[in-house]
Amino acid sequence: MPSPMVQFNNVHKLYGAHAVLTDLSLSVSPGEKLALIGASGSGKTTILRILMTLETIQGGSIFVGGQPLWSPETAGLSPRRREMHLHKMRTNIGMVFQQFNLFPHMNVLRNVTLAPILTQGVKEADARALAMELLEMVGMAHKAHALPAELSGGQKQRAAIARALALKPKVMLFDEVTSALDPELVEEVLNVMRKLALETDMTMLLVTHEMSFARDFADRVLFLDGGRIVEEGPPGEIFRNPQQERTKLFLRKIVAAGLSL
Amino acid sequence: MSWDWAFAFQILPKLVEGLKFTVLASLLGSVLSMLIGLAIGIGRRWAGPTVASVLGYAVEFIRGTPLLVQLYFAFYILPDIGIYLSPLTAGLLALGIHYSSYTSEVFRAGIDNVDRGQWEAAKALNLSHFQTWRYVIVPEAVPPMVPALGNYVVSMFKETPLLSLVTIVEVMAQARIIANINYRYLEPITMVGVFFLVVSVPSAMALHFLERRYALGNRQSSHIAVF
Amino acid sequence: MLAPSQLVSYILPGVILTIELTVLGNLLAAGIAFTVGFARLSKSTWLRLSARIFTEFFRGTSMYVQLFWAYFVLPLFGLALTPFQAAVLVLGLNSGAYASEIVRGAMLALPREQLEACIALNLSRWQRLRRVLLPQALLLMIPPFSNSFVELLKSTSIVSLISLSDMTFRAQTMRTQTGNTAIPFLTILILYFALALFISKVMRALERRLTPKAA
Ligand SMILES: Nc1ncnc2c1ncn2[C@@H]1O[C@H](COP(=O)(O)OP(=O)(O)OP(=O)(O)O)[C@@H](O)[C@H]1O
Ligand SMILES: [Mg+2]
Repeated sequence: MPSPMVQFNNVHKLYGAHAVLTDLSLSVSPGEKLALIGASGSGKTTILRILMTLETIQGGSIFVGGQPLWSPETAGLSPRRREMHLHKMRTNIGMVFQQFNLFPHMNVLRNVTLAPILTQGVKEADARALAMELLEMVGMAHKAHALPAELSGGQKQRAAIARALALKPKVMLFDEVTSALDPELVEEVLNVMRKLALETDMTMLLVTHEMSFARDFADRVLFLDGGRIVEEGPPGEIFRNPQQERTKLFLRKIVAAGLSL
Repeated sequence: MSWDWAFAFQILPKLVEGLKFTVLASLLGSVLSMLIGLAIGIGRRWAGPTVASVLGYAVEFIRGTPLLVQLYFAFYILPDIGIYLSPLTAGLLALGIHYSSYTSEVFRAGIDNVDRGQWEAAKALNLSHFQTWRYVIVPEAVPPMVPALGNYVVSMFKETPLLSLVTIVEVMAQARIIANINYRYLEPITMVGVFFLVVSVPSAMALHFLERRYALGNRQSSHIAVF
Repeated sequence: MLAPSQLVSYILPGVILTIELTVLGNLLAAGIAFTVGFARLSKSTWLRLSARIFTEFFRGTSMYVQLFWAYFVLPLFGLALTPFQAAVLVLGLNSGAYASEIVRGAMLALPREQLEACIALNLSRWQRLRRVLLPQALLLMIPPFSNSFVELLKSTSIVSLISLSDMTFRAQTMRTQTGNTAIPFLTILILYFALALFISKVMRALERRLTPKAA
């Protein structure tokens, strides 16, 4: 058993007095594809945002690649030192957002090359070459010089995936990357992610409401409810033979809503 | 030179008198600017395209030129063409017209801000023209206008010292007279500054509060800590 | 009758002074607007508070009072300014106090998600500001800054109060010396308006230049 790539130990997360994650522990192996499912408000996005350092935690500790991301020691750092620490840790992590969040004032190519040039000191020419390679992979090379406003939702999201990949993170976070898209555009983005899973050995954490995709894509599915892990296991077992009442209920609702399993 | 309290108290009554006049002038000027502004706003929306575009250019011109010059214009040129107004009337007229170029925009934006669907819904409910205005348009359009108009009242208040240039003795003129007679500038001018501060800051805060309650247009929900 | 050359010799020096005041005053105002606007967004309570007091003070006391104060009262404290210096200072401070709201408002109007994307891409604070937030905010600031520049131009008309011979003062002089009222005032009204139009044209051109263009 290799040491885990991502490790949550008894994590507590509060918004004000409202506990969003309670005593949450989980670990993700290198290269593993983990799908997080659960009802709205169960804390899926919060888990990803914490990993991306967009949120702090109020208890417990988190390790990425064996190094502490949040821990009692890092909590004691001065704001300046803490930002330095987080800056170092973020080189391992990339995120794709539900709303794409491309920079509207830059073309697609610039969106992709910006961070490697600025944060990793990659040379302009090399960054461009890498970006074109990635854009090729997501099928966006022909739109390299377009502005985000000129793209469809699916194209934006594929560009955003290329942007996150350009930093070569060890862990990629995908937060409902298809739920802002028109139904006919969902598949083009999912295809890119399937390809990614085949061609790379990145660790991926994925929040999705596309259960059939989660089943094909993930090595393991984790069902959350009220900020706790209710059930986890290989997708085949969770979807076909859930053990917990709440999981059954959730999956039944999904089916009733007309979504495929 | 140091602050002389005795002198300050001695001149206080005179300055307060001037201040009263200043407040009165800005209130009258505001009422006038709102009436004219409303007329312009209505004209630009409902009169024919020719009237609307003429009004549009007029507003732009009045907005693009200084109040002081307009004040001189009313004070020196109107008598030339046979219109004799008291200095105060000429002053208020200039204030009212100048600020109507701002208030008319507020009225226009306020009315345009009411969603098209609201007019259509009112029609679908078979409300009369009057009822539509009375129960739908005005209640929706007016609250967000209040802080915007209020801001212009405060601005006008701070511009009233200009009236002193056309022989009207408001608070600033009063202070200058006192300063010239006594050869002391520190107290009178500082006190006028304090007066303005005491009136404008609370008004600005009240307006800011209103603005937050009835924000016109988009609301700022997210806060970015940049530094 | 007035000869055109007379009109030019009366008004032209005033036009130049008005333009100088407008340019210098607006430069100062822009510098102050960014400094104070960003101070108001700072994490430091102390900075935020002093920026707030600065804005309230300059917006709350009338510009006319400030001008007098700078010219007549500051010398009593040993700081003697020339009328021109006093005018640029007061125009810049006053307008900068208003315009700091433009800077602050534009930064706050940016969607929070843009900042989060920057964090996810591991940009440093300075890079976030310089590459992502400011370019977008600047574009939002241009129209209100255009208005602010025009307002300052209009405000320059009061500098005759401290004995500067700007356009308005020159028109007054011409009125008293020639007895002609309509021509000097109509002329400067048109000149002010032309300058205002020029400012807004330039700002619109700038806005077009900064707007990202499709390839
Ligand atoms: N900024 C915030 N302030 C306060 N509460 C928040 C905030 N963000 C999220 N929450 C709360 O935290 C809980 C978990 O939110 P989270 O976004 O992680 O849910 P989710 O599982 O991603 O749901 P969804 O499927 O709707 O995206 C919810 O109850 C939500 O109301
Ligand atoms: Mg979510």
